Formats: sequence, structure tokens, C-alpha cells
Amino acid sequence: MLLIHCPHCGPRAQTEFSYGGDANVARPPAPEETDDRTWTDYLYLRDNAKGSHAELWQHIFGCRRWLRLHRDVVSHEITSCSDLPRPRTGNGS
Amino acid sequence: MSRYSFASLVRHGVMGHRGWKPVWRDPEPKSSYDAIIVGGGGHGLASAYYLAKNHHLNNVAVLEKGWLGGGNTGRNTTIVRSNYLLDANARFYEHGMKLWEGLSRDLNFNVMFSQRGVLNLAHSKGQLETFRRRGNAMRLNGIDAELLNRGDVAALVPGMDLSGNARFPIEGGLLQPRGGTARHDAVAWGYARAADRRGVDIIQNCEVTGIRRDRTGVTGVETSRGFIASKRIGLAVAGHSTQLAAMAGVRLPIESHVLQAMVSEPVKPVLDTVVTFGAAHLYVSQSDKGELVMGGDIDGYNSFAQRGNLPVIEHVAACLLALFPQFSRLRILRTWGGIMDMTMDGSPIIGTTPVPGLFLNGGWCYGGFKATPASGWVFAHTMATGQPHSLNADLNLDRFRQGRVLDEKGAGPYPWAH
Repeated sequence: MLLIHCPHCGPRAQTEFSYGGDANVARPPAPEETDDRTWTDYLYLRDNAKGSHAELWQHIFGCRRWLRLHRDVVSHEITSCSDLPRPRTGNGS
Repeated sequence: MSRYSFASLVRHGVMGHRGWKPVWRDPEPKSSYDAIIVGGGGHGLASAYYLAKNHHLNNVAVLEKGWLGGGNTGRNTTIVRSNYLLDANARFYEHGMKLWEGLSRDLNFNVMFSQRGVLNLAHSKGQLETFRRRGNAMRLNGIDAELLNRGDVAALVPGMDLSGNARFPIEGGLLQPRGGTARHDAVAWGYARAADRRGVDIIQNCEVTGIRRDRTGVTGVETSRGFIASKRIGLAVAGHSTQLAAMAGVRLPIESHVLQAMVSEPVKPVLDTVVTFGAAHLYVSQSDKGELVMGGDIDGYNSFAQRGNLPVIEHVAACLLALFPQFSRLRILRTWGGIMDMTMDGSPIIGTTPVPGLFLNGGWCYGGFKATPASGWVFAHTMATGQPHSLNADLNLDRFRQGRVLDEKGAGPYPWAH
């Protein structure tokens, strides 16, 4: 069982969390201006590192915040867990 | 090397079974080969066998970093089926089913293929309707499928909780009678023996550490036993496809995840069909030794560790007891994990890569074992001719860029959801 140290709720079992995948995947800022190859890379291609992996988890049975973890995918050691930076909101109008 | 037959069994029996010899050689790697296959599991060995048999390429090496069949070939739940909805998958797996039906005879090795039927259970009218659709699609592709009501299910699998009080009451199911199980180790050994007889060098304890290429394509592989040259290299290393492809500078639409399986203690014959539980995710059958063989979902996060976590084991056990309450006192004997290539659409990738001479056979998700014969058949064709076989033309790597994904579940580009 993975023990994830949620910065808001403390150490919690993995069953409280939902996995969100590779944290380093960035959506191209302007999809309509993006060529097919870049879009394919974003949608489908992953580095699939065998070692430290930056990944997203959501604490669905807790604070419901999205978290960014660094976890070793061979030893399962979690070396960091932090809040995902809140997206900058628009001008609100 | 002698053929196996009733006469050979009697002859060895008379001599006290002391005359059996190893059935494949343990050769030193040559400096070069016409084709190299990386990965000595079922897929790699089957590919080598069909390269030699169908395409007369005998100067072939299979390189395996550990021992034959020590990866996912020896870690699956041995289920064979071809009950797919989408045409490309249905045709490919059905070709495999036909090869399975003649495999023991073709290899002269008993792979213990048992067509005991694979039953998918439905728990609502709506789910049964989706099964009806898939069953009709299968029949249009020439695959056997039978839609069962609750009474049919009760007659086929006695002992299951079919009452209205069950946690997920059973409405009916979709049966593929020709589906079943096979002895997974025998598949690796049978292909290894048959490939070796045709001159294929099977080289164990030989880890590929690099892929050498020049401007025209691949030129060979660096291994723990030195450089081996070849202009034709096939990767059959599911679980680590991304790692090997990266050696040639190729990124893949694949993540590695751990899938667990487990067996109970052996009991007398109690279940003669493969049952899959459509409410959650469980597949269970009984091995010839009497163990209940079970599996469920992947653990759900990237992993290269060949071990999983307890929540999935608990979930699988809970599913089993929801179906078969009388198994509550059975004990789990062993659990283990294998690393899956989970693709972005849940379907495999067999074909060419952007690097000339480099071929990929991977992305098997949960479904690699049953595909072994078909996979070897079309991969050998692809490696020998440089072009995909008609059965794997749609399973190409380029489908992701072209938007022609084969997403059976409609789960989207989330590998852990397939």
C-alpha cells in the first residue's frame, strides 16, 4: 500500500487517491495553431521513466486537491508530494 | 532430436525415463545474424519460429536477458479468447485462435490448450445489450459467440450465486465456447524447441544494453555478451518496450503498469469454464492442478516493479466471493505481478518503427498471452518482408498520429483506464 503524505490531510492510504498520470505533460497553449506531430506527442507519447516519476494524484476521499508527487516506479519510494500550483485565473470578466 | 509421440514415451518409459535430453541448444552468440529478436518470451520465440518456418530465415537469434518465459509469459492467467468488438482486433485474435487450435500438433509439443469456454457475465439489461452487440460483431467476423440468459448461465456454471440477492445480480452473459486456457510455460518451451530445431539460436542471459544504428538504419545490438550485428531487429519485450525503443531514439505511446495475478490453494474440480465478472473486474478459471487462477485490474499507477499492492488483491478476492460465496474459506496461495506495456488505446502495436530495420511487437496491455501465435505469425511476416501482414496493418504505430486508434473500451488516452 502506498502511503501518500497529503500536505493538507497528512499521511493517507493510496485508496483515498485517484491517479492522474504523468505530471510533465503540458497541453499546447494554442491547439488550433498546433501541428499534428506536436499534438500527437502531447496526447500519446510519454517518457515512461524507469526511476523517479513526476505524477499527479487527486485526493478524492480527502481534500480533493490535485497533488504532484515524485515516486520511484521501481521501489515505490515517494520523495516529494506538494500541491499543484493553482492555475492562474483569467481576468474574471 | 526426436519427435514426441506415444512410441517415444513408451521407449523412454521402458528405459526408466533416464534418456531425455535438453530440447534446445545453448549456443554462443555468433557475430552477426540475418535477424535478431530481443525477448525470449512467447512472442519472441513464436516470431523466431515463424521466421524460420514461414519465411525460411534460419540465421536468427533470440536474445533473452533472463531465462525463457520468465517474464509475462510465465505470469499471466493463461486465458485464450478472441471475443473482440473492433474488426482489426477481432480478425487478428481470431487468426490466433485458429493457430491455437492446431498448435500442439504443429509444434509437436502439448500446450494443453483446453477450449472450456470463456463467459463474460452481464449484470443489467443494458450491459447484456452491449454484449449482444459485441456478439453480433464477433459473428460477422466469423467468431463463435452465444448470448446466454440467466438460466443458461446457471446450467453452464453451477455454484455461482445467481439469486436476486447477489451484490450484483446476474442477468446473463456472452459465451465464446472456443475460448479457454493453455499451459503458458509449455507455449514458450514448445516454440523454443520448434525454433531451435529449425536452426534459431536461443541465447539466454544476454541483456541488450544498446541499439547501434547509422544513417541507413539499425546495424546491431550491444549486449552483455558483446556486440551482435544485424540489419533487422525485432523488439518483443512488452513491459520494457519503451526502454528498448528509447535506445534507438524512439518514443512510444506506452506506459508501464503492474498487473497482478494470484492462485488459491488447489481444490477438487469445481469450475470448468473461464468466468469473467462484468460488474467490477475479475477473471477466474481453475488450473489442471486445481488452483483457482484469478486476476483483475492493473494497480493503476506507473510501475516497473514486478510486484503489486494489497488493495487490488483484496478487490479481486471480494469480486470472487461476490460470485462464488462458497469459496470464502479458500486461501490465497501465491500472488505475483508482471509489467504491462499499457498503450494509449488499449490495443497492441506490431509493425515498423521510424528507424529502418527496427520492428516493434509490444503494447500488449492485459492481452498478450492469447495473442502469442498470431503475434509471432504477423511479426515474422513484418520482419521478413519489411511490410505489415494484412492482420497487423491496423495495429501500426502510426495510428496514433493518424487518429485511427483502436479503443475497445472507449477509455481515451489514459493507459491505466484500459
